[in-house]
Amino acid sequence: MARSSASSSARHGSRAAAGVSRVYLDYAGFSPVDPRVLAVMRPFLEGGIGNPAAPHSLGFEARDSLDGARAKVARLFGGAPAGVIFTATATEANNLALRGLAARASGRHVVTSAVEHISVLNACRELEKQGYGVTSVPVDADGRVDPDAIARAIRRDTALVSVTAASGEIGTLQPVREIGRIARAHGVPFHVDAVGALGRVPLAVDECGVDLLTASSNDLCGPPGAAALWIRGEIKLAPLTLGGGQEGGYRSGTENLPAIVGMGVAADLVRSEGPAEVARLSALRDRLVDGLLAGVAGSRVTGARGAGRLPHHASLLIPGVKADAVLMELDFRGVSASSGSACATLTGQPSHVLRAIGCDDAMAESSLCFTLGRWTTAPEIDVVIDVLPAIVTRLRRLAP
Amino acid sequence: MLDAPPDQVLDCIGLFCPMPILKTRETMKGMAVGQRLEMLSDDPASEADMKSWTGRTGHELLSIERHGAVFRFLVRKTR
Repeated sequence: MARSSASSSARHGSRAAAGVSRVYLDYAGFSPVDPRVLAVMRPFLEGGIGNPAAPHSLGFEARDSLDGARAKVARLFGGAPAGVIFTATATEANNLALRGLAARASGRHVVTSAVEHISVLNACRELEKQGYGVTSVPVDADGRVDPDAIARAIRRDTALVSVTAASGEIGTLQPVREIGRIARAHGVPFHVDAVGALGRVPLAVDECGVDLLTASSNDLCGPPGAAALWIRGEIKLAPLTLGGGQEGGYRSGTENLPAIVGMGVAADLVRSEGPAEVARLSALRDRLVDGLLAGVAGSRVTGARGAGRLPHHASLLIPGVKADAVLMELDFRGVSASSGSACATLTGQPSHVLRAIGCDDAMAESSLCFTLGRWTTAPEIDVVIDVLPAIVTRLRRLAP
Repeated sequence: MLDAPPDQVLDCIGLFCPMPILKTRETMKGMAVGQRLEMLSDDPASEADMKSWTGRTGHELLSIERHGAVFRFLVRKTR
């Protein structure tokens, strides 16, 4: 694939920052920030810019930059810019969506799925503690929600339907458009945690009937420390953070302008480079999956295949080995990957997503997740295909 | 004696998964085999999580009581 020299130098620059020889396949965990994003952010960090609320010219400029970023982020999913509420993290945005909306709604029931991010899961548990009903709709063996099950779960007092656009752990895309149609037919607001899917699969809020949407800067190769909740005009929320009324009063606190400006630039880059990059990553992902399935006996993919999953995402079960041992061996050989669930890694418990698709404890312990990104190359994929089979053979031989 | 006070009490009220399990694990590390920990949690998922965690680790889940929204778990360290 031909690339401009500027682009390949940008790629090289950030790869160097990420560790030159390391094969980095944990983009869902952290994505290196694009140098073109950093270049735009730098003046906002170094000075000559004010607080967006300041009553002087530097404040006015800051306000313009903030609104510019709002427009760029909103353009990524076709929403009205005024609906963008900048937050620090996608976790915060998900909390604002669920707990903020529930606090203002007359209904006391929420419909969600069994494969949500932990921030949605725990926000739902907090609502349960407050007496709300929560229906968690199960998924099929690929981790896909059945839209009809959402329709059956909606009650007269349902305040919100919240379903992720794609599971970060197994990559399966959810039928957002069908769920949106059902939610709208029932007059229930629909929230989508779009963190993994944005810029990678088509997702326009009007076409998909989405009323609230969570986006993350770092998933777009923007800086960490910025994220957004987008809400449709008629949606009302109770703020979770009180103070000076920034972000339409929904999220008080001085905006992290450098990170937000960076998120705007990152969104623009994803929008312009998206389709070509998605095709490139999906080909590399297929090469990785085919190579590993052929090289590692007994391995199998978790989640949907092909077009049914995120294009940059590969997740596998490797029976007979523990993921943490494999990840350590991969790390020794310069490959960074993950098990897909930081929470499960911390507690040693099988993740709720793997349980939801029917994995038992032993299977869940053998789950590996590779997420590709802007600086992933074919030779890097071949390194993994080359080293992983030998690692698995050795660990299986050591296993009791 | 069954109703003797536990050797340690861990208050996880207000915390959600993974914190109650993580804090339980950390606290148990500093306890002696045979000692008992009382863990309090109001996470609706904590009952299933504690049953699963003790099942996997082999620590003995002596009792689960529920007072309103608050679960009281009594666990004996076995190893």
